[in-house]
Amino acid sequence: MKTTYREAMRAAIREAMQRDERVFLMGEDVGHYGGCYAVSLGLLEEFGPERIRDTPLSESAFTGAGIGAALGGMRPIVEIMTVNFSLLALDQIINNAATLRHMSGGQFSVPLVIRMTTGAGRQLAAQHSHSLEGWYAHIPGLRILAPATVADARGMLWTALQDPDPVLIFEHGTLYAVPGELDDDAGAVDIDTAAVRRPGADVSLITYGGTLPMVLEAADRLATDGIDAEVLDLRTLRPLDDAAIAATVTKTHRAVVVDEGWRSGSLSAEISARITERFFYDLDAPVGRVCSAEVPIPYARHLELAALPTAERVVAAAREAVHAGG
Amino acid sequence: MTDQHQAHDLLRRMLRVRRLEETCVELYSATKIRGFLHVQIGEEAVAAGVMSALEPDDAVVATYREHGHALLRGVSADSILAEMFGKQEGCCRGRGGSMHLFDAATRFYGGNAIVAGGLPVAVGLALADRMQGRRRVTACFFGEGAVAEGEFHESLNLAALWQLPVLFVCENNLYAMGTALRYTESQTDLALKAAAYEIPAWPADGMDALAVAEAARRAVDAVRSGGGPHFLELRTYRFRAHSMFDPERYRDKAEVASWVERDPIATLRATLQAEDRLSEEEWTAMQQEVDAEMEQAVAYAEAGTPEPVEELTRFLYTEPATP
Repeated sequence: MKTTYREAMRAAIREAMQRDERVFLMGEDVGHYGGCYAVSLGLLEEFGPERIRDTPLSESAFTGAGIGAALGGMRPIVEIMTVNFSLLALDQIINNAATLRHMSGGQFSVPLVIRMTTGAGRQLAAQHSHSLEGWYAHIPGLRILAPATVADARGMLWTALQDPDPVLIFEHGTLYAVPGELDDDAGAVDIDTAAVRRPGADVSLITYGGTLPMVLEAADRLATDGIDAEVLDLRTLRPLDDAAIAATVTKTHRAVVVDEGWRSGSLSAEISARITERFFYDLDAPVGRVCSAEVPIPYARHLELAALPTAERVVAAAREAVHAGG
Repeated sequence: MTDQHQAHDLLRRMLRVRRLEETCVELYSATKIRGFLHVQIGEEAVAAGVMSALEPDDAVVATYREHGHALLRGVSADSILAEMFGKQEGCCRGRGGSMHLFDAATRFYGGNAIVAGGLPVAVGLALADRMQGRRRVTACFFGEGAVAEGEFHESLNLAALWQLPVLFVCENNLYAMGTALRYTESQTDLALKAAAYEIPAWPADGMDALAVAEAARRAVDAVRSGGGPHFLELRTYRFRAHSMFDPERYRDKAEVASWVERDPIATLRATLQAEDRLSEEEWTAMQQEVDAEMEQAVAYAEAGTPEPVEELTRFLYTEPATP
């Protein structure tokens, strides 16, 4: 069936609410407004205000309330409107959700799912456009997901809700309108493994989330040049699927990491380091990286585009890797 | 519970906290306990009175000055001291220490060392009870320093908006670490802040265990019967330094001495003795019983074992059930 990322996400929430009465959704504008990005449109009418809970603009309180409700036996889905706003809830996410299990010696689990929009590309400028999922992936105790496809938008949520520990789901804002085909019986998917979205032999393009469609386009362009690129979609940013990274790098011997986060201290840096630590002698070229320019994302369209990873830059980095090794 | 029974019970509770913490201070000086150690000596009436009003399936969220809260909630002195010794027999297997005591069996949710960080969690625990139709109360303790935090205001608003069964207990000991309330708040009448959120708020004398117990009983009854969140401001005083590192430059000895005259344990004891409701024998027996409990706890903690370092990364994520 034809659907979109947004509709797939909504179907996932609806299914979770139907299957488990402990599941509820809370966040800013999730109810009467229908969700800032219309993900929860219609769910208030279907499930009522007890389970589709509009909250005040109190990110810390409602995220912490999600933690408390999870401790109290519920299975909350907390929606934070955008990753920049999640900074107002960092205390609860980092100091409580990520630590309670360890700090209590294993007595308490926090089965909480937090969803939020991430990323640039919509001219929303520096306070609505950042890609901070790599920051969150730095934190032990959290599981970080980045669904990039309609199937993952549909299937990751239910699996995340079965996880007894906190899971953060990052939904790139440019993906909501992306159409896709979904099996009629599409359902839960794993949240442990990376996925090869395009097999190839010459270079591995490693990415996740919002940049996946662009990287697939870059791979198509490379193919016209006779470069056969493999595209690995990380899907889960913490814990990283080291085996999948190993498999693709030892197959192609060249890697380019594409990450919309900034280069310094980033997830792309972590992946590059892991590849170099373990597969230095398997590599035919230095690991390449395509990241955002190190500026707050600007408003003007041409400046925003200049700041973000593009297919042109991915193609150039891949060519460099392929030609470096001769 | 007869009045006399209740009064003896409160006295015993406060004495247990006092002796536990005096023991902690000695053990800190002996370097058996490390890290930060914050004792509540002088403030015992707060935890004693409020805990006496709670039921076993209620929940408690406390601060980093929570040894007494944990003890009076039902966490054993053995496991509290073992925790501070960093032993795996401790309530958190030595992962938490003094500031992070947790106990699932008594629904004790910390031990939170971020000021005001426990309030949103308490709101969520109460939300879970409301959504699941349970008549439980969540008691959330915090100091007066917390009222300056955004999480305080966000949480009170949310609890009141959704009429959740939370008892907010503000332990006003006048100093946020070393800065007096008058230097940090434009409005120092804290009950007014709760009233702004339409939360019934009552002050009580936090040096008088009977007064705290009575105020807590009324508030807990109101919360449990569906009256929404309530707020107690308990005015109290910490006799000792903020932590073991505090040189106490911010208050003079005369002020401390004037509060020590209102020692909640000495006050209740004197009241009971004046009314002939506590014999010298009963007082002696109570002290001996509590001393024995603490001696046993020290021995338990001393005999505890360090967790093998191979287990360092355990309890980060839930371990898969073994078939």
